[in-house]
Amino acid sequence: MPSFVNVEKCDGCKALDKTACQHICPNDLMVLDKESMKAFNREPDMCWECYNCVKICPTQAVDVRGYADFVPMGASVVPLRSTDSIMWTVKFRSGQVKRFKFPIRTTPEGHAEPNGGWNTDPGLEGPVLFTEPDSLGCDVWTK
Amino acid sequence: MANFKTVQVETDLLILGGGMASCGAAVEAAYWAKKNNLKVTMVDKAAVDRSGAVAMGLSAINQYVGVKEGDNTIEDYVNYVKQDLMGVARDDLVASIARHVDGSVHLFEKWGLPIWKDEEGAYVHEGRWQLMINGESYKVIVAEAAINHLGTDNIYERIFIVGPIIEDGVLKGAYGFSVRDEEFYIFKARAVFVAMGGAVHVFKPRSTGEGLGRAWYPPWNSGSSACFTLQAGAEMTCQEVRFIPVRFKDAYGPVGAWFLLFKSRATNAFGGEYMVERRPELENWKPYGMVKPIPANLRNWLGMLDVMEGKGPIYMQTAEAIQKIADQFADDPKAYKKKMKELESEAWEDFLDMTISQAILWAASNVQPEEKPSEIAAAEPYFIGSHSGASGAWVSGPEDLAPPEYFWGYENMCTTKGLFAAGDASGASSHKFSSGSHAEGRIAAKSAIRYLVNENPPMPTISDATVEALKEKTLKPLDLFAEHKGFTSQTDVNPNYILPKMYMFRLQKLMDEYAGGVGSQFTTSKMLCDRGLELLGMLKEDAVNLGASDLHELMRCWENVHRSYQAEAHIRTIMFREETRWPGYYFRADFPKIDNDNWLCFVNCIMDPETENWEMVKRDILPMS
Repeated sequence: MPSFVNVEKCDGCKALDKTACQHICPNDLMVLDKESMKAFNREPDMCWECYNCVKICPTQAVDVRGYADFVPMGASVVPLRSTDSIMWTVKFRSGQVKRFKFPIRTTPEGHAEPNGGWNTDPGLEGPVLFTEPDSLGCDVWTK
Repeated sequence: MANFKTVQVETDLLILGGGMASCGAAVEAAYWAKKNNLKVTMVDKAAVDRSGAVAMGLSAINQYVGVKEGDNTIEDYVNYVKQDLMGVARDDLVASIARHVDGSVHLFEKWGLPIWKDEEGAYVHEGRWQLMINGESYKVIVAEAAINHLGTDNIYERIFIVGPIIEDGVLKGAYGFSVRDEEFYIFKARAVFVAMGGAVHVFKPRSTGEGLGRAWYPPWNSGSSACFTLQAGAEMTCQEVRFIPVRFKDAYGPVGAWFLLFKSRATNAFGGEYMVERRPELENWKPYGMVKPIPANLRNWLGMLDVMEGKGPIYMQTAEAIQKIADQFADDPKAYKKKMKELESEAWEDFLDMTISQAILWAASNVQPEEKPSEIAAAEPYFIGSHSGASGAWVSGPEDLAPPEYFWGYENMCTTKGLFAAGDASGASSHKFSSGSHAEGRIAAKSAIRYLVNENPPMPTISDATVEALKEKTLKPLDLFAEHKGFTSQTDVNPNYILPKMYMFRLQKLMDEYAGGVGSQFTTSKMLCDRGLELLGMLKEDAVNLGASDLHELMRCWENVHRSYQAEAHIRTIMFREETRWPGYYFRADFPKIDNDNWLCFVNCIMDPETENWEMVKRDILPMS
């Protein structure tokens, strides 16, 4: 069903206004069942398997099961995302396990400075953008 | 009518979309708006942090020119793009993006995106124009800078834009609805920037069961840009130039790292290399068949010829490529082991950063790339002007680069006054990818602010009657469903309405069979297109009978209406161009050859927003001024 929710782990984000998975899904698929207080994927065949619901879930209740119409059973790919890196555990159909860790950002969360530290203040006329030419490291090309 | 609250928002510059181009627009517009005391408002149908085509992440940045490093010139990039598109590209637009794109990449790095570096501290290239990144959080980082600059108060998330507000030919803003609360939205704006993505699911995809959503490009890109600009009366270009990516089969994992970084070969099932064996075929597509790199559509075409001859499956020779690299360390077992480990990690990260499904498929199939090859295949057609397709709005070039025919005052302004487009929304400027879309968003946003300052257009007024009419039209699928759902014992089968998913399947079936989809080996003709248009006409008539049970389905209704406009622009343009120019993207069986004497030109179309009559025009391909 692409992304699916483990009912034992999901706490409906403790009945906050919206669940985390609902907040993040780019395709508006994740919803909270108000009776069971469990989230679910309402349109599994529109799921891109982007894993944003998996990565954001505070209780690690969301997982992905490969598309049933072409993926053999038995594998899993599970991320553990921190503020500066992500660790992946890839379990094969054969049972073999591989683990990978990759950096995801080099600055503290929330601190992306819009001008990147480049204050150039060019005029509104002409093609020079607000951080240029410094952000380019050279003049803006023209014929 | 459903009892929705009407929310009206007034702004100077309205940014529609929240992807890479819109984040570029937001970060740039915020600066100039503050200096000129203007208000900028951004609207996204999802959450900006993870919206658009980069929502999952990316493993590479595909456009970096390297001007400061002296690696390439702007002209080099223009030539590359034009050759890849078989001669059909706007030099002025491609150059405009290319001269700014490196700055966007340098900003991404400052904002926190990890870009691979070599021992000397230089960027690691995947290919001539491509940089390797640890891109899991690419969109989060780019969105963060945009949000920090614009301020959360100026961002509306989970608002779906249905269309433009046009009165007497004047663009007054946009209307839509919240997919969370019962609210109808009117955005009045003095200028509008649109970058709401390309289009997926116009054609039937190869996987039609649960894997329907595993499109190469994300399923939430539903032709909203094309529909918006068409309905705003803007001239559109290259609507025939779809893109068909060749990717790892079924899960559509990227092949760039394998071809470019690992230098892997692709072969047919008998070990034959179609890029070598079929070289004589390239003579038929002169002069573009003779250039290096061979245009993407021609590479597709050579592979397709093998498949049509029964020589498939086509394989990426991953094991051979890895072995070849590792062999360089054969004399040093320790270095060999280290290199193999490094290659394994790089190969898997390529998928885990941007197509996690491919990692699942490999794991589920017990694929070890160093042990055996993996199948690749042509996917289905996509509308993506930012990649190797070219469809989008016809926009003004920059004053210093555009010939007079391509310049009407403000770069990236459509032929509709006050409407600006970038990313997948603007056409004839292919190969901008994520970084170039961001740069183009910045260019267009600065231009839009300049338009507001110089022209000082008035804040539009919209009558209450117009607001009510748009609201009624927008919410009609909910009303229709509510009125009739009790008629049958099951809500999904009812003669009084059509649900959006079935509407989409009808569209996909006719596009697949008549407009050259997977099912017809990407082949079509005038007769097939005629019949396709006939069926599409009836489908569009039935759009007024779309039904929706909730807000989510209401969004699906309008997404699919948007897809139908993209579909119509595509069929009409394919029909008008009486030649085959991009054989690996589509093949006109009735005009099977390239015809440079008559068709080395742009084909543009304009839809009259009132009558919905279409006009087709040829436009010259001109060099920069």
